[in-house]
Amino acid sequence: MRTKTHLWLGILGIVLFVIVFLVRFAFILFTAAKTQTEAGELQFSLPTSWALLQNFRDALAARDYMLIIAFINSTILTVVSITILVVLSAMVAYVVQRRQSRWNAVVNFLVLCGLIIPPAVVPTVWVLQSLGLFKTLSGLIFIEVAFGLAFCILLFRAFIATIPRDLDEAAIIDGAGPMRLFFKVIFPLLRSVMVTVIIVQSVVIFNDFANPLYFLPGDENATVQLTVFNFQSQFTTQYNLLFADILLITIPPLLLFLFLNKRIVEGLTAGAVKG
Amino acid sequence: MSTEVEAPTTGRPATTAPATPARKRKSPYPYWFYLPAAVIFGVFFVVPTFSSFFFSLTRWDLTTYEFLGLDNYVAFFQESALITGLKNTLIYAVVTCGLKVVLGMLLALLLTSQIIARGFLRSVVFFPVLVSTIGVGLTFPVLMDPSAGLINKSLALIGINGPAWLVDPKFALLSVALVDVWKGVGLATVIFIAGIVSIPREYFEASSVDGASAFQRFWRIILPLSRPAITTVIVLALIGGLRTFDLIWAMTRGGPGFTSDVIASVIYKQYQAGFYGLSTAGNVVLFILVTGIVFPLFHFLTRREVDL
Repeated sequence: MRTKTHLWLGILGIVLFVIVFLVRFAFILFTAAKTQTEAGELQFSLPTSWALLQNFRDALAARDYMLIIAFINSTILTVVSITILVVLSAMVAYVVQRRQSRWNAVVNFLVLCGLIIPPAVVPTVWVLQSLGLFKTLSGLIFIEVAFGLAFCILLFRAFIATIPRDLDEAAIIDGAGPMRLFFKVIFPLLRSVMVTVIIVQSVVIFNDFANPLYFLPGDENATVQLTVFNFQSQFTTQYNLLFADILLITIPPLLLFLFLNKRIVEGLTAGAVKG
Repeated sequence: MSTEVEAPTTGRPATTAPATPARKRKSPYPYWFYLPAAVIFGVFFVVPTFSSFFFSLTRWDLTTYEFLGLDNYVAFFQESALITGLKNTLIYAVVTCGLKVVLGMLLALLLTSQIIARGFLRSVVFFPVLVSTIGVGLTFPVLMDPSAGLINKSLALIGINGPAWLVDPKFALLSVALVDVWKGVGLATVIFIAGIVSIPREYFEASSVDGASAFQRFWRIILPLSRPAITTVIVLALIGGLRTFDLIWAMTRGGPGFTSDVIASVIYKQYQAGFYGLSTAGNVVLFILVTGIVFPLFHFLTRREVDL
């Protein structure tokens, strides 16, 4: 009896969940596969003829292959920013966790600030411009690193606390200097939390819209999130191409989600339970 | 400018290390490990944050500035559109935060019970968190179209006359907030699930021996013991809500009129229009709003935890 109600509740739950959370994705897929006139009707229906591949091609080719350039830009941005983020935040987290000093309070305070304070837009533009980094990809990379450090340090610190200090001492007795100790002994042990950091941050940076909008304006520098406006700003919105574009830029996070969902959830909830 | 700020953070450790004569050997955890991160964080985050206080008092074009005193703030609080932005930011943050906590908790309770396809449903709820906010923000206006949109058509099927959503000034901000909840509730849910799962089994066993009802179990065990998770969700949702920009920009651009403008979109509009001082003043207002709400709240919530 009890199991039967549970079964029905479960089925009801699944139906509701599918309606609330998955219909949108079906809508994107269907519209992305329609011809321009059919897509313009905004109906939730199967396309009468599937033009998905053609629409992908058109979306990619729009405005001199801007989307392809954007994918290259976003990939460089994501890969380089995350590489820097991982190394630098692991170094900070390691020293903060291992060495008790009055700097700990400073670092903790700055981490909290980094998590909470909204970045000041125009002064950041001003700093970038003074350094000659405004409208350059390297400038945006520094920005993403600066804004991502706080969260990464938190994750790394929690994990480093679980690595026994005996290990450090053994390495020191064997004559390892600080560099060797960190990069040869500790850093390789961080692999599992590193995977979490990489996944979470790559989703954040790849999906970032506001920072590229502010700090990397210009068509030749576009990142993927900015390309969706290609099909909107003209007199009529080309809904089929717009949704083909949205579909294309959803594929990288979708792949991460399908293979590494557990890791992402782990990373985002780490520390949340202990407070 | 950058070196001034960074000097105290990085200069002192070198002098303190040899100052402990008891151990001549250098610490295996050198302070210079902080240096690269501190430079980037200092130059690209701390310096802009501090200088925003100064530049908010000026009229400037990034190269030259003219000191104005508090004129920008006066202008900010006299312009009705900007005050609307301030009010909307608060409404938006409270509505999204409240709904995410309540719905997230309900979903977490459902998804920790003995329900079929639990893993699948958890994934489904969480997926929107990962997809592009801009993609979401451009899809929903189509679904929310007053006449042709899927949402109102479905509502019409069950006899409800749906509102005009984004076109109606009364509903525009609320509509964006609802989409924000749709996209963000998955994060709240997984945090709550992690909190509930970490509650020791014995509590539930003891309560069922004592004959506690499902509601009592929720009220007396789950709610108090998942408080750290609740704190996290509230703080995260509030920060996100107060700073929101992407979704507003993609869905309404602050319209119709200025009825769904928030501070972050005001900052961007003033920046685009070339009013850099005014835009920066908006940034300072946002800074004060966020820190003024989140820091005390965080202290309050974590203090209550200790009392427990």
